[in-house]
Amino acid sequence: VSAVAATARTTYREAVRTAIIEAMERDPRVFLMGEDVGRYGGCYAVTRGLLERFGPERIRDTPLSESAFVGAGIGAAIAGMRPIVEIMTVNFSLLALDQIVNNAATLLHMSGGQVNVPLVIRLATGAGRQVAAQHSHSFEGWSAHVPGIRIVAPATLEDARGMLWTALEDPDPVLIFEHATLYNLEGDLAPEAGPVDIERAAVRRPGRDVTLLTYGGMLRRSLEAAGALSAEGIEAEVVDLRVLRPLDDRTVLASVARTRRAVIVDEGWRSGSLSAELCARIVEQAFYDLDAPVERVCTAEVPMPYPHHLEQAALPQVEGIVAAVRRTVGHRV
Amino acid sequence: MTVEATITRSETLERLRTMLLIRRFEEASAQLYTQGKIRGFLHLYVGEEAIAVGTMRSLRAEDSVVSHYREHGHALARGLSARSVMAEMFGKLQGCCRGRGGSMHLFDTSLKFYGGNAIVAGGLPVAVGIALADALARRPLVTACLFGDGAVAEGEFHESLNLAALWKLPVLFLCENNRYAMGTALERHQAQTDLALKARAYGMPAVSVDGMDVQAVEREVGEAAAAVRAGGGPRFVELQSYRFRAHSMYDPELYRDRGEVERWKQRDPIETLARRATEASLLQEGDRPRLEAEVAEVIRDAVAFAEEGTWEPVEELTRFVYSDRRPS
Repeated sequence: VSAVAATARTTYREAVRTAIIEAMERDPRVFLMGEDVGRYGGCYAVTRGLLERFGPERIRDTPLSESAFVGAGIGAAIAGMRPIVEIMTVNFSLLALDQIVNNAATLLHMSGGQVNVPLVIRLATGAGRQVAAQHSHSFEGWSAHVPGIRIVAPATLEDARGMLWTALEDPDPVLIFEHATLYNLEGDLAPEAGPVDIERAAVRRPGRDVTLLTYGGMLRRSLEAAGALSAEGIEAEVVDLRVLRPLDDRTVLASVARTRRAVIVDEGWRSGSLSAELCARIVEQAFYDLDAPVERVCTAEVPMPYPHHLEQAALPQVEGIVAAVRRTVGHRV
Repeated sequence: MTVEATITRSETLERLRTMLLIRRFEEASAQLYTQGKIRGFLHLYVGEEAIAVGTMRSLRAEDSVVSHYREHGHALARGLSARSVMAEMFGKLQGCCRGRGGSMHLFDTSLKFYGGNAIVAGGLPVAVGIALADALARRPLVTACLFGDGAVAEGEFHESLNLAALWKLPVLFLCENNRYAMGTALERHQAQTDLALKARAYGMPAVSVDGMDVQAVEREVGEAAAAVRAGGGPRFVELQSYRFRAHSMYDPELYRDRGEVERWKQRDPIETLARRATEASLLQEGDRPRLEAEVAEVIRDAVAFAEEGTWEPVEELTRFVYSDRRPS
């Protein structure tokens, strides 16, 4: 049987669901809770069918109480369970920030190493579906500001399937940011696809002329831009950060050292952002490798507007990425 | 003396001894604060000792405790040694959290004592989760969650009571109503000052208890804990009390008059128990000085231990931000 024949057509949504099912079957300590994860089947239909399969004790519909059910996840994790908490959308996670920042991220250090919080939080993030300014933001960069939590952003089917597994084995809290426009992403995945590391960035497309640093919902767009650039003779290397905290400096810097140019593509806002952090690290650690200033392609600094044309104008687009790459490649020292 | 009377006497002495330990520990802490040995925020528990002692006597070793930032008394009554608590407040490596938490963040997982939470009401969701884990594992355990009247105004209080009641979780919500949220009197922060009523609104049995009477606390919290343990879902106990000293060491107490403090001091929980026990001949001549001497020695020893303690090496600053162990 060839490797190709062993893969099956699936979607990002299916990959996440399969990962949850596998986790539930593998470990009786795992349970899932969140808003409408049970009877409704999940706001993004990720958890459809799980209530019927695992019952209401392990698939728990919660009231609209983000702080209480995230905190309950922390408490259950402390007491020996392996909860998966789903927060419907990243903007709602702001209602649970006290628990995430003051407890989940803090307890191990503050207790002198006594209190582990092996909690996994899954959240939908990002824009692109015309759901306006309270359902569309990208706060993974904000979360990545906080030491004590691990932030991952699966952008591929393999990662959607495999990151949850590893996250559940992590003794520390892991936040998994799933870009809402990725759930319908289709592709081939080996049925036995297993756990993946949640430590390192990955080169998704090799190239010699410029490094595109991106993650999550912007990976596809960056790959598209790289394809367009290739037609012009510019070979862009696309690095998928995968893990936003702690950042994998080594992979990022190794790529920049090869290409000597970097363009950061981040759906977050520019000011005080993950893109700013990446830029700073490159300048701090690879200043003399650079042949051009680092470029950033970010979301316009506005609350996300509802109408399609304004939303798309606010978001990083392929043309913007291509233009930034041309600027940096055209730059001569 | 009958066996029963002997047990009663020894229990009475134990209650008195632990309340005295907390009182003298807090007094010593205040003094050490003025000497600069203890820094940061220091919230003293003087006046509220009956709640800690009555509550912890009602719980079992396997039960869990989630507390707030005025928790030295809870920790001591739960069984953390005066040494480890004092060393923690000195910021020394020998403290219960290696000195990293200080006064407001005492943890000891071996005693299932989970803080030490200094975000008002921040401990309630965590307590709900610990109880959820116990319920899922079919462990007949109670999670006691202590918080103040100030927490009742927070959203996390309401979210947590609702969730615990909805899922019938074994949480014992213990509201230490000392009548002030920092400097804001109950009447100035609650539209409805009957706090038990709020728990009943979530379908949860709730009682109000004289928190200055250690026996009443023990009886009521014990009954509530038994009901929770039996699977009856969460309970709420309001413990009406008063702190005799300032909110923290920075507080000039502009918001309350001395007369009110003096009136409450007439109901001192230690003297109330001592008087009652003396009348019942459970406390005999020489007992009180002996207990005071024992307690003084424990505190002297704890302070010496903390003084002799060492600082965590600066090289370990970033240890435990993440676990040393990583998924393979």
